[in-house]
Amino acid sequence: MGEIIKVGMADFKVTQLPNRLTTLGLGSCVGICLYDKKEKNIGMAHIMLPSSKDIRNNKNKYKFADTCLSLMINELKKMGSKPRNLRAKIAGGAKMFKFSSKNDSMNVGQRNAEAVRDLLKQLNIRIVADDCGGTFGRTITFDSENGDLKVKTIGHGTEII
Amino acid sequence: MTRSVESLNSSIIDVLKEIGNIGAGNAATSLAKMLNKKVDMEVPQVKILEFSDVPKLIGGEESLVTGVYFNLEGDLTGSFLFLLDEASALGLLNLMMPMEFKEFDEMSNSALMEVGNILSGAYISSLATLTNLNISISVPSISYDMAGAILSVPAIQFGMVSDQVLIVENEFFDDDKDDMISGYFLLVPDLESYDVLLKSLGI
Repeated sequence: MGEIIKVGMADFKVTQLPNRLTTLGLGSCVGICLYDKKEKNIGMAHIMLPSSKDIRNNKNKYKFADTCLSLMINELKKMGSKPRNLRAKIAGGAKMFKFSSKNDSMNVGQRNAEAVRDLLKQLNIRIVADDCGGTFGRTITFDSENGDLKVKTIGHGTEII
Repeated sequence: MTRSVESLNSSIIDVLKEIGNIGAGNAATSLAKMLNKKVDMEVPQVKILEFSDVPKLIGGEESLVTGVYFNLEGDLTGSFLFLLDEASALGLLNLMMPMEFKEFDEMSNSALMEVGNILSGAYISSLATLTNLNISISVPSISYDMAGAILSVPAIQFGMVSDQVLIVENEFFDDDKDDMISGYFLLVPDLESYDVLLKSLGI
């Protein structure tokens, strides 16, 4: 069955058959999962913020969608994956607390999801499954065997996308 | 110059600890008034943690917690989160209400939101008094979900400033029962409010 490798907040991991990758309790962060069907390589990133360009404190490259994704793609390339063979599945980007205020930091989940979609489009990586938004947390597990992404929630069921 | 949590030296941490202590003391007094019972508390624990380590403090990323979230308005802006683990939330509800609670519903949510409001209001008002700043809290918003998911909200806000977070852990217990209620307060000032906060404390 292989091992299950945990991906923490502001981190990414890559692995290959027969291992799986998981991240627990995704809220407004977004989990970006990349899958290379041919080489059976997978990667999962747990990003917190849309872009390293908007913020001065950007030393931690794993926090941002743009820098974290390019680091992860490099690692997958080192494992023999060609970018054109990569497919993406994304989940998270929830709005955990409801506020009517204009404060856009409350909607960072949505901004994260949009930034990730834009980035993947620029990189010509097709998104084959997208489970973003809502008001609830998600635990995701990504399988190198078939690229299945299991999304588990509290009170909103479990599904495989 | 902007300062980050990393640069907080031990004397600043002491001040923040003291604020935590006074804030929590006020919160305990309000809780006692509301419950009409004597409420004791442990000395609050002020910790500075990597944000990825915060969920471990309350039982892991997937443990169920209740979070009551506020925006801070006035001289100091940012946000404030009051967190209870599942057992503490139920313990608190059972202290407040005559009937036994086994699961969360609309009524328990609004009761917890009210407790969160009172405790956080007491905490913030002591912070305002101590710093001589005008700070108020917005209406609360509540969420019951995985700890990791709830904590992602302050972590993201902190993430713009720092990779570490300041957390105050409070343990309340009431006299006749031995119910231990662990509550956590997370104060997340906006980037520009750090200086305001530290300056007002004469640091």
